[in-house]
Amino acid sequence: MIELIGVHKGFGAKQVLRGVDLSIARGESMVVIGGSGTGKSVLLKCILGLLEPDAGRILLDGQDVREAERDAFLARFGMLFQGGALFDSLPVWQNVAFRLLRGRLKRPREEAREIAVEKLRRVGLGPEVADLLPAELSGGMQKRVGLARAIAAEPEIIFFDEPTTGLDPIMAGVINALIREIVTEMGATAMTITHDMSSVRAIADKVAMLHAGKVRWSGPVGEMDASGDPYLDQFIHGRAEGPIETLR
Amino acid sequence: MSRALYRLSAPLAALGRSALGLLAAIGRVTLYALDALSHVFRPPFYPREFAAALLNVGWLSLPVVGLTALFTGGALALQIYAGGERFSAEAVVPQIVAIGIVRELGPVLVGLMIAARVTSSIAAEIATMRVTEQIDALVTLSTHPMKYLTAPRLLAGLLVVPALVAVGDVIGIYGGFLVSTGSLGFAPGSYIQNTWDFLTRADILSSLAKGAAFGFIATLMGCYHGMHGGRGAEGVGRATKASVEAAAVLILAANFLLTNLFFAA
Repeated sequence: MIELIGVHKGFGAKQVLRGVDLSIARGESMVVIGGSGTGKSVLLKCILGLLEPDAGRILLDGQDVREAERDAFLARFGMLFQGGALFDSLPVWQNVAFRLLRGRLKRPREEAREIAVEKLRRVGLGPEVADLLPAELSGGMQKRVGLARAIAAEPEIIFFDEPTTGLDPIMAGVINALIREIVTEMGATAMTITHDMSSVRAIADKVAMLHAGKVRWSGPVGEMDASGDPYLDQFIHGRAEGPIETLR
Repeated sequence: MSRALYRLSAPLAALGRSALGLLAAIGRVTLYALDALSHVFRPPFYPREFAAALLNVGWLSLPVVGLTALFTGGALALQIYAGGERFSAEAVVPQIVAIGIVRELGPVLVGLMIAARVTSSIAAEIATMRVTEQIDALVTLSTHPMKYLTAPRLLAGLLVVPALVAVGDVIGIYGGFLVSTGSLGFAPGSYIQNTWDFLTRADILSSLAKGAAFGFIATLMGCYHGMHGGRGAEGVGRATKASVEAAAVLILAANFLLTNLFFAA
């Protein structure tokens, strides 16, 4: 469904992606792991068209994303941002229903609010949250609202950017479980970028590891521990010693 | 020899780099402005964001604009009276206050107040949205940031700042009237009559036209610098500072050009 072929992206002299090849099948949950600064977020932004790759192709259902009609293309996606990226001038329900209040998916205001309240319920938040402002919510609640916004328009593809960053382990577990449930329930294709191994084990069908601008290893999550790849082993076990250079 | 030549030419090279940088910045702002203007007239439109921008740029600026104009009008009347006394021309206070406020001080002071209050808040808000990925979120939600953030604010600046200038002009003249009739001995009726008789339609139209230009500049600079702000809190601060500096300088430069256009013999 999503296919990346030889994707390169650099910023000035710094080459972040050096020929990424990756494919994600329909309905599959792919988790991309890798150290900080390995280009995970850049990869995700290239797929969404927020950044333009310097070289290579990104295909969605066989069509180059650069040739796709922008609104129709984006309407297929939902995204949970690392910091939530909630619009702080809008109440929670309008954040969740943002897409349903304008553009091609526009619904009557009352209906959009009902959908927002239902999606909030789906992520474990009550209707009393709907009229609060994002600044009035805790970090965990903001992630849930971000998740509700990502699924509000029933997208076919959902991206999760570091979904558990900044959360305590229990809340991280709750968010991981929610993501897994929702992705399975909706039959959506999911791509998650994270360096949290508990997220990987909870969310992934398949795992790809980015290192030095390329996919170092990819395969089913069940094969990850026995991959025999020293880079992947070092990463998943969080060892300071190994082939991946670390600053000390 | 070549090292000496390099040392001699280094200041020229620095000057050249600065000039090229300035030209590139002018080009970027011009392209951004043209792109933004094109979005003002193309659907989809966002009436709620436009209404919020009208409220922020216009209604909420009224107190600061009113007070600035009131004190400036009063001070202007005192200055003209004191200066006119030297050559027995105290009687021209109503006329000079009117022309000074309507042609120059009203639009310029309103423009600068808008730059201080509105440009800074727009730049800080949008730059913070950029830092917290809210702009990226807008894009993923199929909403063009130029249409949603820039176009409503630009249109509000274009439409509402002339109205603010008109209000500022009236309050500024009223400030002069209060001081002149309260402490300089002018008769209220003749003061109003002299003001009314002296002002021309061209004075008023030029004031409103300046207001539209300054409103456009102020909101454009806020949006441009907000959208192009750097990373983190420092980036937001730098964008805010740069937006106010650029708006203030451009408003004063535009004022000179427009005054030259409207009133040069």
